[in-house]
Amino acid sequence: MQDPDMGVKMRNQRLLITVIPHAMTGNDVIEWLIQKYNITEEEARHLGGLLVQYGYIYPLRDPRSLLLRSDDSPYRFQTPYFWTSSRWPASELDYAIYLAKKNIRKQGELVDYEKENYSILHKRINHTWDFVVMQAREQLRASKQRRKADRIVLECQEQAYWLINKPCPGAFDVLDLGPERCNVLSSRVALIEHSRRALGRNRVKSSICLESFMKYSEQYLHHDPIMSGCLPSNPWISDDTSHWTINTDMVGTPTRLRVERWSFSFMELLNDSMGRREFMIYLEKEFSAENLCFWVACEDLRHGESSKIILKVEEVYKNFLAPGAARWVNIDSKTMERTLEGIKRPHRFIMDDAQMHIYFLMKKDSYPRYLKSELYKNMLAKAIVPQETKKSVFPFMRRQRHSSPSPAMVTQATEDDGKAKGAGPTGTSSTTNSQI
Amino acid sequence: QLRAFSLQRAFLFSINPEMATQEVQPNETLTNLKAESDTLKTKLEDERAKLHDVELHQVAEKVDGLGQFIMKTRRTLKGHGNKVLCMDWCKDKRRIVSSSQDGKVIVWDAFTTNKEHAVTMPCTWVMACAYAPSGCAVACGGLDNKCSVYPLSLDKNENLAAKKKSVAMHTNYLSACSFTNSDMQILTSSGDGTCALWDVESGQLLQSFHGHAADVLCLDLAPSETGNTFVSGGCDKKANVWDMRSGQCIQSFETHESDINSVRYYPSGDAFASGSDDATCRLYDLRADREVAIYSKESIIFGASSVDFSLSGRLLFGGYNDYTINVWDVLKGTRVSILFGHENRVSTLRLSPDGTAFCSGSWDHTLRLTHWASGS
Repeated sequence: MQDPDMGVKMRNQRLLITVIPHAMTGNDVIEWLIQKYNITEEEARHLGGLLVQYGYIYPLRDPRSLLLRSDDSPYRFQTPYFWTSSRWPASELDYAIYLAKKNIRKQGELVDYEKENYSILHKRINHTWDFVVMQAREQLRASKQRRKADRIVLECQEQAYWLINKPCPGAFDVLDLGPERCNVLSSRVALIEHSRRALGRNRVKSSICLESFMKYSEQYLHHDPIMSGCLPSNPWISDDTSHWTINTDMVGTPTRLRVERWSFSFMELLNDSMGRREFMIYLEKEFSAENLCFWVACEDLRHGESSKIILKVEEVYKNFLAPGAARWVNIDSKTMERTLEGIKRPHRFIMDDAQMHIYFLMKKDSYPRYLKSELYKNMLAKAIVPQETKKSVFPFMRRQRHSSPSPAMVTQATEDDGKAKGAGPTGTSSTTNSQI
Repeated sequence: QLRAFSLQRAFLFSINPEMATQEVQPNETLTNLKAESDTLKTKLEDERAKLHDVELHQVAEKVDGLGQFIMKTRRTLKGHGNKVLCMDWCKDKRRIVSSSQDGKVIVWDAFTTNKEHAVTMPCTWVMACAYAPSGCAVACGGLDNKCSVYPLSLDKNENLAAKKKSVAMHTNYLSACSFTNSDMQILTSSGDGTCALWDVESGQLLQSFHGHAADVLCLDLAPSETGNTFVSGGCDKKANVWDMRSGQCIQSFETHESDINSVRYYPSGDAFASGSDDATCRLYDLRADREVAIYSKESIIFGASSVDFSLSGRLLFGGYNDYTINVWDVLKGTRVSILFGHENRVSTLRLSPDGTAFCSGSWDHTLRLTHWASGS
């Protein structure tokens, strides 16, 4: 930005009666950003504003206000010595001298928080106070000998620096970076190991991988509410929750989009509890429901409590793997052998091989047949396509936003089955706000 | 933020306890090891480059460009008295949990904007929070170095803090946490450079993940069929993919020039995006084993703190430290829109479970729900 040829146009700016060299207007800065980065005025104003807030550009007029005005207000680039990126900690001594100078130069120039800081410093570094005052007087004397323009510039530079390093309490603090991030030790030996292993991995050509992104976004285009909207309407816009109520787990008739999605991948079918239910019905017809039951039981083992592992492994063995088991699953002999051996020392991943075998069996065999089955086709045929809600006649009248029962309550209600059914809704109505 | 990239971070060489059993040849000096690891790194880059026969934006030339998008904030959630640091969605698509610098963790029904639960943690800077899949509990943590689980009580009079359960213990701040497929396991990342998997019921450490050379700042679970991997990003500029079962780092990517603040899987699970203090977001393909796209603009000079995809993966939303949210066309690599709304850094951003809106949390103490609608 400071480049003499390609940077922001700088010229003499008039500040009351003084002419300040090498300055620019707020407008100049914004225009330059728009041109250079091909952005809108809004973005340029935002970016320029941040440059001022962070102390890289400072105002000459109204120096206490670190804002970029999009008019002919004069600004200058801050001297690198004062740049925020240098991260030199602002010294108490320098701050004291600065405040002292202000105080001496003009009575009442210090604002409230500065007066407070001044008296705090006076107490804290009282032993060097003579030095502080002496320095302040000396710097003021030296500045009186400068040209007025230079004096103004130096005062504004310093002012901007201190506004950032010692901001008014409650004001935006650009130096607030969040908790300290530090480093931890590493091992070169581990890095070498890792690189060796990485060299051996199989990679797929970019052209093949990247093609899949096109396919995926196209396939899901109509399912993406942000890209294609959603029916009957987006609840966040219309305040109407129909879109959610027609897509619940327990809904009687699913939407067409939902049923279509089951055909995108086996995982999509299994991830939807209704899809899983339908698939189970199909498998029961095919007398292979034990496969899905087994898969579900393995998932439960893998993601359940550590304390229940041994019990669950026993159950799985009894129901699915033991000879003559009620729901015996057909796994290849090698995997079966390995699994049975592993059961002797059960842990949560012991069924992984068997589970994967059954998963891929279902995926390659039962799943494609399900998609071709009457069961699925009927589901698709009777699935509903909701009507798009017409925009209401009086768009400025906001609908009542109804609360819904908390998931926590729903679970508890099913647990206390026979008991307090009349627990009542936990959600408060939209007219009252719970006090926190 | 504007960091002085010239600040040198000193990497000290040391043997970490796990390596104690490995053989280190007595004549392997520091320089030898460094030379070897650098050579291997170059070799790896060459191998990766061999199969890179086309760029993403080239493949995307045949795809239609995106039309005009209008972004509108639909809800503003006010209630945190301090910087909002993290948020997560409930599976019911309308509730969220958020955490802030002053230790407050709030559960909201974002649709009605009602606050439903609130708890004050005994520590400040609660940088991580997560909603349990069942919707019955939330997990959170930060400068207390722990991850605690709070069951959501239905009784308004009950003190949530009383039922608190301490699950994870790290030796530095907790930066992120996530439940796995059930309420029973939590995955955490920490400033101590590790990630860990915990059993909620017993608090037992099930697996730990070592490999980052600095603070780990973020993680995301893979939506894959076998459901066994996750990705993490750290201050060592690396994004690592881990096998949850073995604890091994199975893939690693190092192309960012600064801390990685956020990682998020592409919906198919074949790739993931990252947001970094180097002011860029990047896309890494797991099968090609390389970075395949950079989302950046010269006018964006502040770090990206948080990223998420739209449901179809076509759009990438990035929350930045310059208070804006930039929206990128993932395939073409161009920026499609910029949203000004927050008055301070955007610290967290997540799409709702059904993709109908996204929620952003900021240091300006608010959370905003925004919908983006195609102009047509």
